[in-house]
Amino acid sequence: MADVDERPVARVTEEEPFGAYGPYSRLRDGLRAYRMIAAMWIRSTMAYRASFVMTAFGNFAATAFDFVAILLMFSQVDELGGFTLSEIALLYGTSAMAFGLADLMIGSMDRLGRRVRDGTLDTLLVRPAPVLAQVAADKFALRRLGRITQGAVILGYALTTLDIAWTPLKVLMLPMMVVSGGFIFGAVFVGGAAFQFVAQDASEVQNAFTYGGATLLQYPPALFAKDLLRGVTFVLPLAFVNWLPGLYVLGRPYPLDVPHWLAFAPPLVAVACCALAGAAWRAGLRSYRSTGS
Amino acid sequence: MDERFIELDRVEKVFDVRRKTGFLRRERREVRAVDSISFTVPRGEMVGYIGPNGAGKSTTIKMLTGILTPSGGRVRVAGIDPSRERTRLARRIGVVFGQRTTLWWDLPLIDSYRLMHRMYRIPDARYRENLDRCVELLELGDLLDVPVRQLSLGQRMRGDIAAALLHDPEVLYLDEPTIGLDVISKAKVRAFLKDLNTERGTTVLLTTHDLQDIEQLCRRVMVIDHGRLMYDGPLTGLHEVGESERTLVVDLERELPPIEAAPARVVRVEGPRQWLAFPASESAAPLVARIASEYPLVDLSVREPDIEAVIAQMYAQQAERVGEPGQSVS
Repeated sequence: MADVDERPVARVTEEEPFGAYGPYSRLRDGLRAYRMIAAMWIRSTMAYRASFVMTAFGNFAATAFDFVAILLMFSQVDELGGFTLSEIALLYGTSAMAFGLADLMIGSMDRLGRRVRDGTLDTLLVRPAPVLAQVAADKFALRRLGRITQGAVILGYALTTLDIAWTPLKVLMLPMMVVSGGFIFGAVFVGGAAFQFVAQDASEVQNAFTYGGATLLQYPPALFAKDLLRGVTFVLPLAFVNWLPGLYVLGRPYPLDVPHWLAFAPPLVAVACCALAGAAWRAGLRSYRSTGS
Repeated sequence: MDERFIELDRVEKVFDVRRKTGFLRRERREVRAVDSISFTVPRGEMVGYIGPNGAGKSTTIKMLTGILTPSGGRVRVAGIDPSRERTRLARRIGVVFGQRTTLWWDLPLIDSYRLMHRMYRIPDARYRENLDRCVELLELGDLLDVPVRQLSLGQRMRGDIAAALLHDPEVLYLDEPTIGLDVISKAKVRAFLKDLNTERGTTVLLTTHDLQDIEQLCRRVMVIDHGRLMYDGPLTGLHEVGESERTLVVDLERELPPIEAAPARVVRVEGPRQWLAFPASESAAPLVARIASEYPLVDLSVREPDIEAVIAQMYAQQAERVGEPGQSVS
């Protein structure tokens, strides 16, 4: 390996600012790549300004129809599964905001299957940045703020009309639900994308869990069968997004017989979900790299 | 390390192909996309890597760039194991996928370059210098502010090549860089690659279907078929091994009996036009001179053997030799 050659081989080492390769530098590199690519997508959408305004408004309106459906139901009945409109608005608002957050940040990960099929994933694999960050930032679109805005408006309505004895803990629960819930949904997005390495046409399955899950959580758990509740509590822990903590805030019991402290578990559940999703992602990427498409 | 800048040692890639044979039944079959390939490329060489579709070219490139993990054997590029240290290697290599652009469709060309600048953390001065050089040699000056979707295929390919070179890669992989380009664009791309290789000493590995790419650029060519390296040497040698033929198309003033001009032989006559085949290793000049002096010539052109034909012939020969007793295939 003696380098007798005069050519500037050394230039690589002298300009290598990526010297350290710890887990933190990977995270930092990933976030950096994410920011850069997201910014490019924002600029791309701004090339069609009118289209951006229309889709942003359309996004807001389309998601708002979910709540209009609930309003229509309440024009006929006074409560749904024992819940008032304001109580449902709290569940709806937190679910919509948590899902909206995940959707805004990494909502296009369901396109991974297509990237595997048409081979464009390979162009990401030759870049000096983590692939997950590049795929997560794919098609980043500010119009998805529409869903978050709409969730915030409905949550605001819930908070002004609800009659709750607020304690500091209950107040703290609200941001925790949105953030932890966002990470839980995010983990579902990543896990679903990891599955698409193996089954490239599974994006609809993934959508059933993400969009379907978000819609499910907008209604009180009492409406659903026990088996479904067990599924979303113990298997795919979506119940931790807003049901368990939300019912604590509302002072209502959870239909399943579970310990009370579970209402405070969402951050832990979120961390566990992200760890699992990360492992699934790595396994998926490894399988792609050993089998190709 | 410079002598063995790119090194493959008995590299294999085996895919498990699953085929649906019934509603739920699936048949598993092993496909050896790359079957024990070994070669080395010294720093600064420009090598053509050719073979029919599905021969294993792209699979090799994917293993060299770290996209795919080899099933067996050893790969080293600049001393790095690509599959283990993909992102570290990424900063030292440039990749151009002929049919997949990495440029940003809706944004001006320059925006894609700015992203490369930041993503690869290219020092400002070097970025400027490299960009200016690419813009000048690839004639991108007027295109920098044009959204990529408005560029022609040739312009976009030039743009893609520039994007792959801004971070000063030591190796450049090109997968079909001239596919679908017109003659002028092809010439520009080739001239640029030649300059890159001779002036900057960048190692270049290119796959192509166009024999002229290889003829004008590479001293060395590797032929792969069915995952095996069939030939590794100079292009002229390939013609000899393949015993391929070029075709001289001659238009005479009037219909005449078949032209006699050994070693060329007439393979087709159609009115005043005749097709003559001659060994690709022979020069066309004396043949043309002889025909011009002996026959009333109106026009003529030389057709190169296409790569598929050369390889097909080579492959057939190999098979023949295996059939003969007492002779081994090297």
